[in-house]
Amino acid sequence: MSETATKVIKIEVLRYRPEKDQEPVWQTFDVPYTEDMSVLQGLQHIKDDIDGSLSFRWSCRMAICGSCGMMINGKPTLSCQTFLRDLAPGPVRVEALAHFEIERDLVVNIDPFIKTFEGLKPYIIPKEERKIEQGEYLQTPQQLEQFEQYSSCINCLLCYAACPQFGLNNGFAGPAALALAHRYNADSRDGATAERMEIISTEEGVWSCTAVGYCSEVCPKHVDPANAVNQNKVNSAKDYFLRFLTPRGGK
Amino acid sequence: MSNVNKTTSARRPYRRPMAGWWKRDPFFVRYMAREITAVAVAAYAVVLAVGVVRLSQGEAAWNGWLEALKSPLSLLLHLALLVCFVIHAQSWFEIMPKTMPMIFIGGERLKPQTITRTGWLAVAAVSVLVFVLALWWQA
Repeated sequence: MSETATKVIKIEVLRYRPEKDQEPVWQTFDVPYTEDMSVLQGLQHIKDDIDGSLSFRWSCRMAICGSCGMMINGKPTLSCQTFLRDLAPGPVRVEALAHFEIERDLVVNIDPFIKTFEGLKPYIIPKEERKIEQGEYLQTPQQLEQFEQYSSCINCLLCYAACPQFGLNNGFAGPAALALAHRYNADSRDGATAERMEIISTEEGVWSCTAVGYCSEVCPKHVDPANAVNQNKVNSAKDYFLRFLTPRGGK
Repeated sequence: MSNVNKTTSARRPYRRPMAGWWKRDPFFVRYMAREITAVAVAAYAVVLAVGVVRLSQGEAAWNGWLEALKSPLSLLLHLALLVCFVIHAQSWFEIMPKTMPMIFIGGERLKPQTITRTGWLAVAAVSVLVFVLALWWQA
């Protein structure tokens, strides 16, 4: 920090220490801050100088690793990207990402996401095998645009904290997993759409979405997961009806 | 959804309650307004359906229904329903760009605002058409 901290802001943190807390409790810290300090740096100050037991995830400090998502004043936000100066005079209320189980303090259990995500095969399964000598796969700018925004997802899971349907049912695949599944389905090089649609088309796939749309609002990378999910309601419905209309069941 | 073995693990994940979730954020309140105003849309469908039933019961019944529509209470109801319809339409037109596949015109992707405005433009066009038809019918 270049300048000396002269101002102080109150940061209220929802603490949960499973070994001693029956349920989460609010704890307030007075944190000296400078103009360039993020909420994440405020938490780091608490951990380094006030209470070393405070737990939270972070890594890159520049909105690319997706580790430091939390509820800041009730909104799902990346704490590295949110500045204390903008929240002055405070207090700043910091809570673990909503809709996930709290593991400890600001650390949540993201297993529900990881499990669905794996199942959706978030990688390219080539439509046709190509040898190196055949050169690269070519795509037009329009083909690129079909999936590019969805590939910007950093798995920060702010969208899950913005999705009441996920909060009500942790079995719902949720915005990021479905956006990433769509990222591969929409890729002209990929050939595994049918496999992914088996999960996408289920009740706990796109059909649990009620188009709240807050997921797209909070996304720090402008992925617009709501758009990916809702495009696949159309695709899923097409799959469903086409099997009655076409001889080979729409395949 | 966790794999915690309650007897051997120190993990004790805490699930926060969801009660009253829609009051937590103004965005959720607006979402609930969209959902609840659907009831008004359904209610007006019932009003119109009653009209069709009355029409099938003869001229007196039909005229009775028309008169009932002109009562102060009915006018008030219409005003309230109109407000609900506007909220409902606005919230759906707002989310509409997120529910559609990408549309490209001349190589450019159609902007969300354009899609929302097209929705309102369609409402305006249909409203004008209905008014013109109604006036023409009366003349």
